[in-house]
Amino acid sequence: MSTTHATGPAREYDPIDPSEGLYGLMAEFETADQLIAAARAAKQAGYERMDGFSPYPVAEVADAIGFPRSEMGAIMFIGGLCGATLGFLMQYYLNGIDYPLNVGGKPFFGWPQFVPITWELLVLTASMAGLFGLLALCGLPQPYHPVFNVPQFIRASRDRFFLVIEAVDPQFDPQRTRDFLTTLNPVSIAEVPE
Amino acid sequence: MATVTETTHGHGDFEGNGKYPPHPEGIIGGQHDLGSVGDKIAYVVTEMSTPAGWWVWFLVGFSLFNGLGIALLYLFYAGVGIWGINQPVAWGFAIVNFVWWIGIGHAGTLISAILLLLHQKWRTSINRFAEAMTLFAVACAGMFPLIHMGRPWLFYWLYPIPMNFAMWPQFKSPLVWDVFAVTTYFTVSLVFWYVGLIPDLAVLRDHARRKTQRVVYGLLALGWRGSAWHWRRYEKVYLCLAGLATPLVFSVHTVVSFDFAVAIVPLWHSTIFPPFFVSGAIYSGFAMVLWLAIPLRRIYKMQDLITPRHLDACAKVMLGTGMMVCYGYFCEAWMSIYSHSVYETQTTMERMFGPYGWSYWSLLTCNLVIPQLLWIPRLRVNEFALFVIATFVQIGMWFERYVIIVALTRDQLPSNWGRYAPTEWDWLTLAGSFGLFLTAFTLFVRFLPMISITEVRELLPFRQGGRDGHSVMENAK
Repeated sequence: MSTTHATGPAREYDPIDPSEGLYGLMAEFETADQLIAAARAAKQAGYERMDGFSPYPVAEVADAIGFPRSEMGAIMFIGGLCGATLGFLMQYYLNGIDYPLNVGGKPFFGWPQFVPITWELLVLTASMAGLFGLLALCGLPQPYHPVFNVPQFIRASRDRFFLVIEAVDPQFDPQRTRDFLTTLNPVSIAEVPE
Repeated sequence: MATVTETTHGHGDFEGNGKYPPHPEGIIGGQHDLGSVGDKIAYVVTEMSTPAGWWVWFLVGFSLFNGLGIALLYLFYAGVGIWGINQPVAWGFAIVNFVWWIGIGHAGTLISAILLLLHQKWRTSINRFAEAMTLFAVACAGMFPLIHMGRPWLFYWLYPIPMNFAMWPQFKSPLVWDVFAVTTYFTVSLVFWYVGLIPDLAVLRDHARRKTQRVVYGLLALGWRGSAWHWRRYEKVYLCLAGLATPLVFSVHTVVSFDFAVAIVPLWHSTIFPPFFVSGAIYSGFAMVLWLAIPLRRIYKMQDLITPRHLDACAKVMLGTGMMVCYGYFCEAWMSIYSHSVYETQTTMERMFGPYGWSYWSLLTCNLVIPQLLWIPRLRVNEFALFVIATFVQIGMWFERYVIIVALTRDQLPSNWGRYAPTEWDWLTLAGSFGLFLTAFTLFVRFLPMISITEVRELLPFRQGGRDGHSVMENAK
């Protein structure tokens, strides 16, 4: 799936020598605006496989690195639709066909009275689809990721902003990419061991 | 808009005196930047020695919680006969407390979801603990119908589980709607709360120095690393959850009001009930938010993040929803006269001047008269005054449900009239539910960030390193 390739294709994890492979190059920035500018410049320079990291969401970075729209709305919509449909049919079958109950002389298939539960199940399934869809597409829970090997990355959850250009990018070259990142004026540049 | 700064010395743009100017909307005080916000909030959880105020809060809660244990053990041993319920009032305290607690929960959803959709930035520093309040309040609420069933271990009969019964729940009943509504509400609130917590748990993972904390928060953070790809999906899910939770919270209290309104009991069978219940829920919920925010500010010195602006806004919402509730009281009384229904008129007269008239007038005093003090701007930022007024609102909203329940004492058939009085077990269970709530809430404050670190960081003005708003409000795609 094209939208999940930020995490890279499946690779074999080799715990013996982390310096063996290179996941990518990481540049550290001080502000979100610098990260946005860097992501745009990297896209301009033709890089495709990269990721930005920030302590809070910066929508422009996702736009710049080529993820203009997420799949989550569609997933939650479909989840809700399934839940509502199945919930409605369940009530219709159980109270209308399998065990018809006369309640106050109302029709067995008294659909207006099935609306509240249909609605609740819509919300329930849409939310669950959202949660599990989010986790699945982000590949979470994920205990290991190469970016955590870089010591300064601890500040990605604090006050620093990072751009990683991945080694799988066709344009990636350890020296040329490093030179390119230097032009972006980062605080630091680090190799991300696999 | 901030521009790209070339400097390597922080985020630049200090005013001449080396200080950040005050926040234009007064939402964040002090001299915070990205790091200090995280330190301030995470410190409470990771390193701060537990303050004495917390212990007072916790021990009071935990004692009451033990009282709940005793009350429930005796209840399961002896049955619901230990309560004051009987014919004609079969609903008693259990249902009063259920509606009261679930109403309190609604303010948390209002703050986190509805105010998000309405682009209200002031929601940000109070949404996390308000959501926790929702969860625990709904847990307290959910307990009451269960223990009111007499044989609570058979609660699963309420769900359509294929079994050898050859029977199914009756889906046309509001009581079954209630089961689905409350279950969904709890689950969705939990999901919303947890999704919001994930980035903060990652902050704690990276902030904590103790190994156990790093491991536990690390496991809970699921390996969150703040990737732009993840944030994009995350924001969309968060926005959609807010969009779902908004009508959900209305539907839940509407369904709760249907428990009453669908019955043909005088003064229950009324179309005003759903909006009346929803506004009442938010009214009491904001009173609870103030009850929690004021001690949190004091004990943890969170005045920078929970500012007078927040207290003022909560007080205004309380005043507004209080007026809606009072319109409901007026409407009920008016309709009983205007409808020319002898039962409605009779029950209204009983409600006002009958044996339980005192509860009706207490309700009006607490909910209509005293909150009018909130028109005074000075009182809306006075912690003590707000705490006292919130207490009255809590009591008033509890009485509102009590007044509705005791309408059962005198219905259409005078030979069926009776009285209702709670027993000491009723009171112990009510106090115990407070214990459950306080215990859970104090543990939450101790072990999880009470204010969203990520969202407060994002809300910081540009020159302090933030984005001066929430991209989830503007830019979730």
